[in-house]
Amino acid sequence: METLAMHISNGIINGPVAAIFAALALVALTYCVLRGRRDLDDRLAPMAGLVAAFIFAVQMLNFPIFTAGVSGHLLGGALAAMLVGPWVGALCVAVVLVVQALVFGDGGVAMLGLNITNMALLGTAAAYLLIALLLRVLPRTRAGLAVTAFVAATLSVVVASQGFVVEYWLGGTTDLGNNLAGLAGTMAGVHVLIGIGEGLITATTVLTVAKVRPDLVYALRSRRTPTTPAVPVSGGVR
Amino acid sequence: MKNRSWAFLAGGLLVALLLAGVVSNYASSHPDGLDSSLLKGCTVDADDTIVGGSCPAQQAKDHELGDSPLADYGVRGVENSFLSTGLSGVLGVLVTFAIGLGGFWLLRRRGTTPATGDDGTSAEGDAVTAGRGRTGTSD
Repeated sequence: METLAMHISNGIINGPVAAIFAALALVALTYCVLRGRRDLDDRLAPMAGLVAAFIFAVQMLNFPIFTAGVSGHLLGGALAAMLVGPWVGALCVAVVLVVQALVFGDGGVAMLGLNITNMALLGTAAAYLLIALLLRVLPRTRAGLAVTAFVAATLSVVVASQGFVVEYWLGGTTDLGNNLAGLAGTMAGVHVLIGIGEGLITATTVLTVAKVRPDLVYALRSRRTPTTPAVPVSGGVR
Repeated sequence: MKNRSWAFLAGGLLVALLLAGVVSNYASSHPDGLDSSLLKGCTVDADDTIVGGSCPAQQAKDHELGDSPLADYGVRGVENSFLSTGLSGVLGVLVTFAIGLGGFWLLRRRGTTPATGDDGTSAEGDAVTAGRGRTGTSD
């Protein structure tokens, strides 16, 4: 039996809870579309397509972690948030998860809402909050950017893994007795290690893009133009 | 979009295709973080198949589309596993790129220019006063 991706399979979480999360994910993604449209211009749209394709590719690359017999792979939320912003970034990861579930049989179709909630929504949101904070306090150097990408990516993976624990608490199909904390601990421990891999990949990729085309790194935009109006103009005319 | 942006896109896509088409064959096939956590309580053999005990992973059911021609990152009918994995990766990158590009292109704001000038040139700044003018785009 070959196992390929960190996605919830059918039967792990019960149907009603999966359906509730599907509805939740749909609402959240709709909001991301509405907010993301403000960011999506002629330049960001193709970049977002590339980010989605790149995340798909890197998600195939399971890397070994220090624990014997366990692997992990990129989730991509932090990378997407750095490169195309939180709203479009969450949509990029969601596109990847939908393609994986519908074309590659990876992650149950009925479980899609749960997987989107953890990896596209929670992972990207946690990453972006950290990115916004760290870019403010760290020095504006390449090292600062690398540390931001690394820390945001690492912690976002742990947050996403705990999203699964909450879902399992609500609708897990195996009674763990009082051992939910055990699952939380196991998940957190293994995902800290996976997160380090995620952090290294994210920092490397972001630094590379920042070197070649700094104008294509969303997280660096506010630095380049400090006079950007803080309040978005709703009419679309600036 | 400027030529440099097209070059960046093409370069990025090439990297993604190489990763999914070639490097993917060297990926670890051990259970990942989620699967291994759900296997806790079970004993597995060298092929990571459950041989005893009791754990959440035993509740896993078949995938709805498990008989898709690209299921489990292989192309059905391609015997060579290196080729099968690589080809499925290439197809996956292209499908994801097409859906992402098409979807985001349709969703994009029209009639306005990027907040920061493309390529750092000032030429696009003129479009702000021109209102709905979209500059430098082909199709």
